[in-house]
Formats: sequence, structure tokens, C-alpha cells
Amino acid sequence: MTQTRKPAPKPEAQNPSFSTSGMKLIVPLQGVVQGRGGLLLGTLVPCALFYFLQLYLKRRRSSDATCATPPSEPALPRTSSRSNLSARAGSISRVRISRLASQISRPDDSLYYVGLDRVSIDPFHALHNPHGVIQLGLSDNKLCFDLIGEWFARSLEGSVVSTSLSINGIAPYQTFDGMMELKMALSDFMHQVMGESVKFDPSNMVLTAGATPAIEILSFCLADHGNAFLVPTPYYPGFDRDVRWRPGVDLIPVHCRSADNFNLNITALEQAYSQARKRGVKVRGILISNPSNPVGNIMTQDMLYSLLDFAEEKNIHIIADEVFAGSTYGSEKFVSIAEILDSDYIDKSRVHIIYGLSKDLSLAGFRVGVIYSFNDSVLAAAKKLSRFSSISAPTQRLVTSMLSDKRFIREYFETNRKRIRQVHDEFVDCLSKLGIKCAKSSAGMFCWADMSGLIRPYSEKGEIELWEKFLSVAKINITPGSSCHCIEPGWFRICFTTITLEEIPLVIERIRRVVESCKSSS
Amino acid sequence: MALSKIATNDKHGENSPYFDGWKAYDSNPFHPTKNTQGVIQMGLAENQLCFDLIEEWIRNNPKASICTAEGVNWFKYIANFQDYHGLPEFRNAVANFMSKVRGGRVRFDPDRILMSGGATGANELIMFCLADAGDAFLVPSPYYPAFVRDLCWRTRVQLIPVECHSVNNFMITREALEEAYKKAKDDNINVKGLIITNPSNPLGTTMDRETLRSIVGFINEKNIHLVCDEIYAATVFSAPCFVSVSEVMHEIEHCKSDLIHIIYSLSKDLGLPGFRVGIVYSYNDGVVNSGRKMSSFGLVSSQTQHFLAAMLSDENFVERFLAESSRRLAARHSQFTKGLEKVNVTCLPSNAGLFCWMNLRNLLKEKTFEGEMMLWRLIINEVKLNVSPGSAFGCSEPGWYRVCFANMDDETVDVALKRIRAFVGKETAKPVELKRWKSNLRLSFSSRRFDENVMSPHSPMPHSPLTTLLIFSHSFPTYSNQKSPPKLEICETQTHGVSPVIGLKGCPLYPSIPAFTYDETHFPRTSEMKNKEQLTELRDNLKTSTLLSRRSTTVHVTYKDTESGRIKSRTSMGGHYNSVHQEPEFGPFKEIRIDDDNSWTNLYNMGTLKLQSFIYRYESMGP
Repeated sequence: MTQTRKPAPKPEAQNPSFSTSGMKLIVPLQGVVQGRGGLLLGTLVPCALFYFLQLYLKRRRSSDATCATPPSEPALPRTSSRSNLSARAGSISRVRISRLASQISRPDDSLYYVGLDRVSIDPFHALHNPHGVIQLGLSDNKLCFDLIGEWFARSLEGSVVSTSLSINGIAPYQTFDGMMELKMALSDFMHQVMGESVKFDPSNMVLTAGATPAIEILSFCLADHGNAFLVPTPYYPGFDRDVRWRPGVDLIPVHCRSADNFNLNITALEQAYSQARKRGVKVRGILISNPSNPVGNIMTQDMLYSLLDFAEEKNIHIIADEVFAGSTYGSEKFVSIAEILDSDYIDKSRVHIIYGLSKDLSLAGFRVGVIYSFNDSVLAAAKKLSRFSSISAPTQRLVTSMLSDKRFIREYFETNRKRIRQVHDEFVDCLSKLGIKCAKSSAGMFCWADMSGLIRPYSEKGEIELWEKFLSVAKINITPGSSCHCIEPGWFRICFTTITLEEIPLVIERIRRVVESCKSSS
Repeated sequence: MALSKIATNDKHGENSPYFDGWKAYDSNPFHPTKNTQGVIQMGLAENQLCFDLIEEWIRNNPKASICTAEGVNWFKYIANFQDYHGLPEFRNAVANFMSKVRGGRVRFDPDRILMSGGATGANELIMFCLADAGDAFLVPSPYYPAFVRDLCWRTRVQLIPVECHSVNNFMITREALEEAYKKAKDDNINVKGLIITNPSNPLGTTMDRETLRSIVGFINEKNIHLVCDEIYAATVFSAPCFVSVSEVMHEIEHCKSDLIHIIYSLSKDLGLPGFRVGIVYSYNDGVVNSGRKMSSFGLVSSQTQHFLAAMLSDENFVERFLAESSRRLAARHSQFTKGLEKVNVTCLPSNAGLFCWMNLRNLLKEKTFEGEMMLWRLIINEVKLNVSPGSAFGCSEPGWYRVCFANMDDETVDVALKRIRAFVGKETAKPVELKRWKSNLRLSFSSRRFDENVMSPHSPMPHSPLTTLLIFSHSFPTYSNQKSPPKLEICETQTHGVSPVIGLKGCPLYPSIPAFTYDETHFPRTSEMKNKEQLTELRDNLKTSTLLSRRSTTVHVTYKDTESGRIKSRTSMGGHYNSVHQEPEFGPFKEIRIDDDNSWTNLYNMGTLKLQSFIYRYESMGP
């Protein structure tokens, strides 16, 4: 396997996305030395130090190894910095886990995860744990469980006697890319969700265990290790995991700003692209989420056309994550990129759509994700890759039944949209009474709140301090803008569908406490 | 527009002979009635012998599937549960099950259990955790062909085979390990670990304690990881019993436990590959922490987790299942190997797995891998069996083939054996008579014979929108839910012996008689009912099955009217007697019901009866 990316400037920085700790170690040294001795010493001294350190480590390890009975306590996993230092030290040194694994096994890898972990340790419960942490950091929709629960009770009980399903339909190996029945049900469902203006062909689908592996599989298909995708920021924190971790594809932020209500700007896109090219990075595609996660705004038809033109001009792919397509509540109509592809003169083979039932149907636990692509080679490869993350067969059967009940789906969506709107309006209204404004949004399960007035200093540091305050003092977990790579500090994503309308005052009260403490300390 | 190297290279292995055989099967799959000359799938290691036990459990525990009034309360908890840690009860149940499979001799910590999408995903996940691109893992050959896909494709790790030989029954020796390790070092390859399958796929053997000790010693000495793929742990059907690395590591002093990782799955042991449950059990905290986060790429649906948690927590069921499963595997294994022995085909002695490692070295025209491939093509194209050639497993000696035997019913095994015997007989110039099956039948009830999906893992099953997980029912052939009655068409009739015989077109018993083309029938067997006792027995069986399935069963009867010399036919439905229509020729089928003695007497009295297809199991006494 050859890698197309250029050799990294320093031996420790072999992998651009995972080299942060190595860099931190070398860079300060460089600063000290460069002040006096210039560039030569600046590179020599750290290299020499690095060499001695390796030698030292090597020796220590080998003496360990020759010592016939090392203590039985197994060595703990290396920390990331150490593993980077002892890179490729050969058999004598202690065996390591992979670079990727040591990177992500660190508990503080991302605040997004830290927040999730804190909730799981001390989750809020109205009766059992009223002082626990309230989860507002996960775009889970709990507003319509009653509808789905009712459907199960109603539809499945009756069918216990009347229909049959053999174990042979679920236990043995099934096609890995999803059963045809489910694909057909999904294509109808997507048609319904996306405004009934565009048809989806089941043969263009590959099903995966959730949208997460769908994005990962597409990344594996479209880009080599070391290539990059452009991503408008702020973006969903999970993209780092899905695209960076195992496919090793870099994400190049295209910054969107509050002045434009965080809408994408083609000039910024051009800039990011040409800068990446200058650095020698090969850009293979654009990854967008539409409706946007975390902002909740929707791309206009014009913007989608410009995006297509841009991709065509640069000859790159477009991955459109449309998992929130059905969770719209605003006046703006959602337009799927599939819809504008309906005209003939557009090259469809560069467009790949991600969909899933986790958000729109609030079935996150069922792990149903869709890759919808117009590119036969991508479909062929994705089908083979779907072996690594197929959907469990009984769940496929269950979901097929549910999606086939068109009337239920229609009612569900009407109610769901209504309820999201209700909670959104109430929540945003309450926030604005506290002086917190939100970006204009019309879809999703979250609002993108501007708390830049509350942070001090006006930087990522201030933002993280405020986030920590929310988590520890107010006991609510929200997602800081820095986790979404937002360029402006002080923005937070707050998911409001994890709570009910009745719980809003409680949450607002907790937020109010933090807001007031911030104001009083200023 | 260019795609990635991963999307365009052929590390997915689907160009290897192993998958070629699959393609041959896919394009011409065997079916007992529709395609009796088709290729029998013996390349799929699937355990279908105990479906009925699981089915029964599901029927007795409707709550577990969340789709009942009782189960619905669970729904809220389940529907959006997407924590990559997995449901605590699921992990507990899996930990207990793993322990039970290993005879209760070791305990597993639920907090070290990582979920993944099948063993495929689990194997990949552990590679992502242990090795960087370009690193290598040692793997004793012959090894599971899809390892290249699972371990190397996306991780860009490489495999270095450790050659094992038939002289010592392909045991892994310290010398072979050392040699492969040294060679890799000489080539400047960074060896990160060793992966073994125990029980072995494709050999079907278990590793003895001494070998395991020596392997654990080896990896400790070299300071490399050991990944033990133990997905066949519960398929051990005879002595010696299975020894897991988790037992051995505790017996070795100063074993560095953080080097050891176990891969497990429910696909083989429980026969549930459709559920996509793969498990990584690691003694290394770094792997547990990082792998847990990677679980997001292959999460098991919460509904399935919940369901399995309930099933695996049912201790009685698990015990019964494990015992019965190994009993049935033993029976199948002996049926198959004994059948092969009749033509002097031997297999590597084995005590586990869903397959045999068949030795056909004597049939090779030349003792090379080309010779092996030539013979393999013959087997695929003429014998019409999809077996897997040893070269696909990286075997160092030509002439070995892996043959799976647990993904089919007894009759298909018989057909396969018969084909092998005929072929071997021809090849060794000792003609083996292809004997006709005797007509003295023993009838026994079988619940799942010839279900469509048993035969072909890829064909989507007809399925009405409201079918649900909960409802399992015997898959009797029945026309009650079909839109149109089956079409029947006569081609030719001939007389065999005393009574008239109507064969089905392409029937393996009477291939020379093209008689009926039959659209929807499930059963090919043609047999003779010589006396009233047999008929009564059949009737009783049908009654039982009707009763058990609570569904109507169908029997097609064709007979020759001795007076007129005409061939007549009947379709009967289990249930109530309706009417007997005597069509002058092969008119449309009418329903008759056969729960009443008169109808049977009538049928019997009408002439010599010929039952054309039936619902019961049929075991021939011959050849």
C-alpha cells in the first residue's frame, strides 16, 4: 500500500491527524533553541534528544525482557505521547497497541465524549435522581415514543396469530447490504420524508448498521488514507470519528460564520480547497450535513446547485448527510440533493446521500443507516464493505413492517413535526428571555445558541470553562462549539428533544443559574 | 472520478476461488424440486441444525422480542438506546454464555466485552486496535480465507502464514512459529501478533492444552499480541473437550495478559449469523477503551441485544441447546464422514466445527495446486458441490478441501454423499452403483425441511408487511397463502415395476423421467405406497404435523386408475375432508382433506397410489 500524501516533515508526525502530542513535545524545544542557535540547532537538538530517549527506552526495555520473570502486573497501555516517541522501536521494546487505538483510548479525546460519559455516570431522572446531569448533548428524539410504542402494541399483537415468520428468515446469513424488502420500504419512506418530490431507487441503496458506519464506509470508498474532505463548520462532532479514525481521511474545515447565519459560502469553499491543494493535500470530496447539524439550517436549492458546480469543477465527490430530512419544523422546505439531480445534465455519480432512521423515526437503537449513491462502483464496493456493519435480521424485519404502514408513518411525521416545533419554540423563547439568542433554524432536534456574551476570555478556553460550568454546576450536558469546530467561540448546541415540554422550565432554571453567575462575576 | 484504493483493490477476496464456488452456487443453486441438478452449497459454514430449538424458545418467550403488549414497555428503553457500551444485561448474558461454553472453567468480565458487527467486524476491530498499516500478523495455515478481507483490507495490515503440515495433523509447532517470525524479522516486517482459530477453521480440530501453552509462551517471549478466534467454541461435539486460551493463560506464570484477545460470535455456536453479533474480549485496557468507541461502527441493534440477553439468560435453555447442538453435530459429522469412508475418502480426524477437512490427494492428477484446482473445478461443475479448495485457505499441501455439512438437511447430505461416491467411484475406476432408493420407507416428521431459506442464504424470503419477529411457525409447504393454485403439467408417464410411477421433472431419483413441471412444490421425492399400512402411517404423520403446525398441510397424490389406465392426481389439504374429484385427465387440482379415514380408504381403493410430494421426512433404507 502506498500512500499518496507527502512525507510528513518530522519523523514523529507520521500521521497528521494523530500527531498532536508529538508536536507539542518538540515545538517548545524548537522555540528555545531557535532563539539562539537558529534553524540548524533547532532541528538538531530535538533530534538528538529524541535519539537518546529512544536509546534509553530501548535499553530499559531490553533489560526488562532479559529479566526472566517480569512482574506479573501487565503493563498499562501506553499513553499517546509515549507511543509516538517510541515509534517503530522494533521487537525489543514493549509491544504497543496501534497508534489509532492509543489515540482514541485517551479519556479526554473529545469533550463531546467527556460530556456523554459524565451523563452516563450520573443521569438525570425526575424521581430517582433529580440532581443528575440532564442530557442535552445527544440528538435523540424522545418526543414521539408513545406513537411508536402504540404502533408496536397495535400492529404486532394482531399479527401474532395471523401471519408467520420463519426463523429461517432471520437466523441464517442474509445479504449483507440489507434485505430487498427493507430497501423497498425505505425507498418509499424516503420518498415520503423528502417531500414526495423525488423517487429513490432501492437498487441504489446499501444498508448499514446506522449512519455512522455509512459515513465510514463512504469515506473508505471515496478517499485514500491521507486524503481530505472539505467540511463546512460547525459540523457534527461524530464526523471526526467516522471519517478520521479508521479511514484516516482528514477533514478540512470550511468556516461559516454567524454573520451569514452559518450558511455555507462558496468563496470560503474555494479558499479552503486551494489552501489544501497548496499544502499538497488531495481533496476528494465535500461532506455536508443538510439540514445542518448542529445549526439546524437548511441549504437552499441555489446553494445546492452551486455546490454541485463546485464539485464538478474540481472533480470531487459530494457526501450529503440528510439524516434530519424529516425533522423539519420551520417554514422553509427541505430540498434533498437527490431532487435537484433529477435534471439530466448533472453528473450524478459524484453524489452520495446518507440517511438513517435514528433521527427521523427516533429509532437510534435499531441501527438502520442508508448509503444512497448514484455511482455503481461505489455501490459495489460499499456492498462488500457492508459486511463489517450489517443490520441484524430480526430488526430488519421489524422495521420493514413498520415502514410499510404508510398511514402510521404519515401520522407519525405530522405529530413529530408539530411536537418538535412546539418544544423548539418554547425552548428558544425561554432562552431569549435569558438573553441567549439562537441561530435561525428550521430543522433538527437542537438549537445553536450564542453564549459568547457569557464567556471570558472570548476564546476556546472561555468556552470550555463555561461548558464545564454547565456540566458541573448546572448539571446539563451540552455540546460546545469547539467540539463542532466552530470558528467563533461561545456557541453551544443544545438538544431539546431529549426532554419533554414540561421539563423545559427545569432546564431553563439550571441555565439561568449559570447565566446569572457569569453576569455577577463580570 | 477516482475512488479510493480500498474501493478498487481486490483485497475483499471475492476474486479468490473460495468465492468462485459461491458464484457457481449462486447462479445454479440446488433445490430439492426446482433444481435437483443444482450446485449444493458446502462452502458455507452455517449451523442450521438447531433452528427448531431457538424457534421453540421464541414461541415460548414472546416478551423477549419487544413486540407484544408485555414487551412494549421495554420499547422506550430499547428504541433509542445507542450507547456503544451495549445493554448491561446483554453483556452480562454474553459473558455468562461464553463462560458456559467453556465448561464454566473461566469467568468473563462483562466490562471487557466489546460489541461488533459479527465476527467479521470483530476481527477487523481488533486489528485496528493492535496494528498500524504495514504491520503484520502471523497466522497458521490453513486459515479462514476471509481473514484477508477481515484483517487486512481496510486496516492495511498484512498476514504472514505459519506453515502447518499434514504429517502432524496440521498442529502448530513452536518451530514453525519461530521460523515465520524470524523470516518476517529478516524481511524487516514489524510483527504485531499472532492470530489463531480454535477450534480451527477449516480443520475442525481443537488445540490441546500443550499447544496452547506453547503458543502463549511464544507470544510472551516475543512480546506480541495473541488473538484467539474462538467462534466455533460450542461446536465441539466429541472429546477432547475445548480448551480456551482464557484457561491456559491463567495457568502460565507471568503471562502478560494484556497481550491476549478473544474473538467470539453467536453466528456459529448459536447458528444466528443473521443477528450480526460479534464480540471482542480483550484483557488489555487500552484495547477495551479504544475498541469500545469503535463499536459504533458495528453496533448490534438494541432490539436484538435485548432479545439475546433474555434468551442467553435462560440457563435451562442454554444448557439444553448446547447439549443438543453438539449431539446433532456429532450425528451429522458421523453421517457425513462414514458416508465418505465407503469410498475410501478420508477426512482429517476432527471433533469440532461445521465442516470436514477432506483429503482428496489420491484423486489429484498431479500433486500440485494446479491439480487441486482442476479437481476442484470438476467438483464444482460436474459433481455440483461447492466445496472450498485448500489453496483458498493457504494450505501448504495440495489436495485438501473444506466441506461444510451443517447448513443443510439430512436429505441434501445424502444427495451430496451420493454425488461424491459416484464421482469418486468413477475417478478411481471402481464404479459405485448408484442405487435406487428403496421404496420401503420410514416416515418421520420434520419441521423445517426444504424451507426456501435453508437452501439459499441469498434469496430474499417472501414476506408480508406485517410479519414480525415474534411469530415463528413451521414452514410447511402450503398453498393457503398463495395467490394461485400450483400449476401442474404432465410431460410423460412411464411404468416402473408393479405400480405406475410419476416422476417429477428433474427428480434425482428418476432423472430419466421428465414427468411434471411443478411450479410451487417443495418436495421432489416420488415413492410408492404399496400397502394400506404405509398409507395409514403417512396419514398419521400428516395429522401430527397438521396439529403441530396448526396449519393446513398439503399432499399431492397421483395415481394410476387401474381400470382406465389413466393417470390421475389429487391435491389434499390437511384439515377436513372435502371432496374427492375424479378428473378424467390432469385437470385442475381440487382440494381433498384427509383427516378422515374414509378419504384415505377411498384414495387407497382407487388404485395403486403414488404419492408425489409430501410433507413428512423421508428416510430411505438404501442404497
